Amino acid sequence: MNHLILAPLLLPLVAGMINLQRVRRGLAAQRCVSIVSTAGVLLAAILLTARAAGGQIETYALGGWPAPFGIVLVLDRLSALMLLVTALLALPVLVHACAGDDRCGRDFHVLFPIQLLGVNGAFLTGDLFNLFVFFEILLIASYCLALHGSGPARTRAALRYVVLNLVGSSLFLVALGAVYGACGTLNMADLAGAVAGASPGQIALLRAASLLLLAVFGLKAAVLPLMTWLPGLYSAALPSVAALFAIMTKVGVYAVLRTQSLIFTPGGPLPEAAGLLLPLALATVVWGTLGILGGQSLREILAHLVIVSVGTLLAGIGLWSAAGIAAALYYMPHTTLVSGGLFLLSGHIARQRGPVGDTLAPGPPLSQAGRLGTAFLLGAMAVAGLPPSSGFIGKVLLLQGTTTGQALWVWTVVLAGGLLGLWALARCGSVLFWRTEGVSISGAPVSWTGLAPALALLLAGLALAVLADPVARYAGEAAAQLINPEAYIQAVLGGGRP
Amino acid sequence: MEALAALAVAVLTACGTYLVLRARTFAVVLGLSLLSYAVNLFLFFSGRLVTGAPPLAGGAGSTADPLPQALVLTAIVIGFGMTAFVVILALRARGELGNDHVDGKGDVP
Repeated sequence: MNHLILAPLLLPLVAGMINLQRVRRGLAAQRCVSIVSTAGVLLAAILLTARAAGGQIETYALGGWPAPFGIVLVLDRLSALMLLVTALLALPVLVHACAGDDRCGRDFHVLFPIQLLGVNGAFLTGDLFNLFVFFEILLIASYCLALHGSGPARTRAALRYVVLNLVGSSLFLVALGAVYGACGTLNMADLAGAVAGASPGQIALLRAASLLLLAVFGLKAAVLPLMTWLPGLYSAALPSVAALFAIMTKVGVYAVLRTQSLIFTPGGPLPEAAGLLLPLALATVVWGTLGILGGQSLREILAHLVIVSVGTLLAGIGLWSAAGIAAALYYMPHTTLVSGGLFLLSGHIARQRGPVGDTLAPGPPLSQAGRLGTAFLLGAMAVAGLPPSSGFIGKVLLLQGTTTGQALWVWTVVLAGGLLGLWALARCGSVLFWRTEGVSISGAPVSWTGLAPALALLLAGLALAVLADPVARYAGEAAAQLINPEAYIQAVLGGGRP
Repeated sequence: MEALAALAVAVLTACGTYLVLRARTFAVVLGLSLLSYAVNLFLFFSGRLVTGAPPLAGGAGSTADPLPQALVLTAIVIGFGMTAFVVILALRARGELGNDHVDGKGDVP
């Protein structure tokens, strides 16, 4: 057992607790604790990814209780990749927030690490009920973060988000009860065997549970009929909070991928949920694209871009081939980091446009239009999938992964969505930067240091393109691990169920 | 006993679903509580219904499954916290938005 696997959980937890004690001690100390812990998480994630890249799957039995009885943490290539992406997003977002967003309300530096704890825990756990608990941790932190800075728009969006997610949590528990009632276990590796050998009596209950789980994770991921909470929430939240939320939908995508590839496999006795994924994903892309076209503000457009990216990711996963999943895993870091960067940038743009904010209406010219415009161009190119950026490579990998039967739909939707997205972003950029009236608002200039976190995330698009070969190879190996879950089951259960 | 247990879960779920679909926050909060009661019962029953059996594995004869009891305890605690949060949020929305509608838009005149 290697204790490093606990670092992504313990560091944020301890940081959150320390900051809770220091609420009245002033922001400087809290910022220090948050940044040190998040940097520690990044370091741990790099070390864990380097170790997972070798291909062996590490488990950590909490409390020393062996696998199907106790709760295990499991580190495979997918978990390590998700941890790394989370940490790479969290550190710049936190640095950006320390420039002022954390002053808009109380307890930012308590909530931020706790949110990180929930996200990291969801990626590491090997137990379905523990996944529920980590989901609740990340949700309660996200409820408060969404309200950070207060204001009627945030309250309205958060109320809808909270109510929907409470219903989602209830459905999650119903699904867990059904799974436990049918199989008598909630360990994911153990469930894989139990579902594969389920009797017809168990199958009916498990089918209901698998579809309920798809609905619950679909709500978190913002898949088509369950995505109505997202645009309002993301466009109302503070820029740094919205940027951090870029990882939240990916937690849902991860949970779908993990449960469907391990437990309710497309080749197993319960392929229904896996089969639904591709049509739902493509419909999500279409809806998100329509939202981009109708967006009235930059933030609203970015929120719909998040929905499109979720659809694209799930489309890759829904192909259920090693190539499709590998493409989705290559696309995942790209879309998370770049959309996070664009959310951070939208805050700078809105501040320089004064009263009109980031709405797509003629406004005062930006005082630093060149600087912000270049950054916007960089991000827009990456997110729309133009060549030299990683979005282009991700989409090419995805399209290459389709078989002839799927190609017609996937190519049409993904390519048309990309083209319309590009057009909408071009319109958005020209209105924000060129259609100006009046004089520019003095003040609110942003230094290069202030812009650095956003730029770092936007440049990740280029970095992922430069590093395309190693990243794509890692994604391919991770997909191979997911397609053949025997190694995972073997690693968790050891010699088999006692 | 199974029929009675199933009926209890069904009635609670039906009432909870009806209330969650209402427009005003008070009804929605009540609905969420009823749903969480239903879910907690369902989770508890997933370990099968036995009476008078010790909650330990390995004994002779029938035993009650202890795991759902642990699960339901966790679920109750989490549900309790979340309900408290949504009550406060609903009050705040009433104050800030000037009405108690879930969509914050109020009655259309």
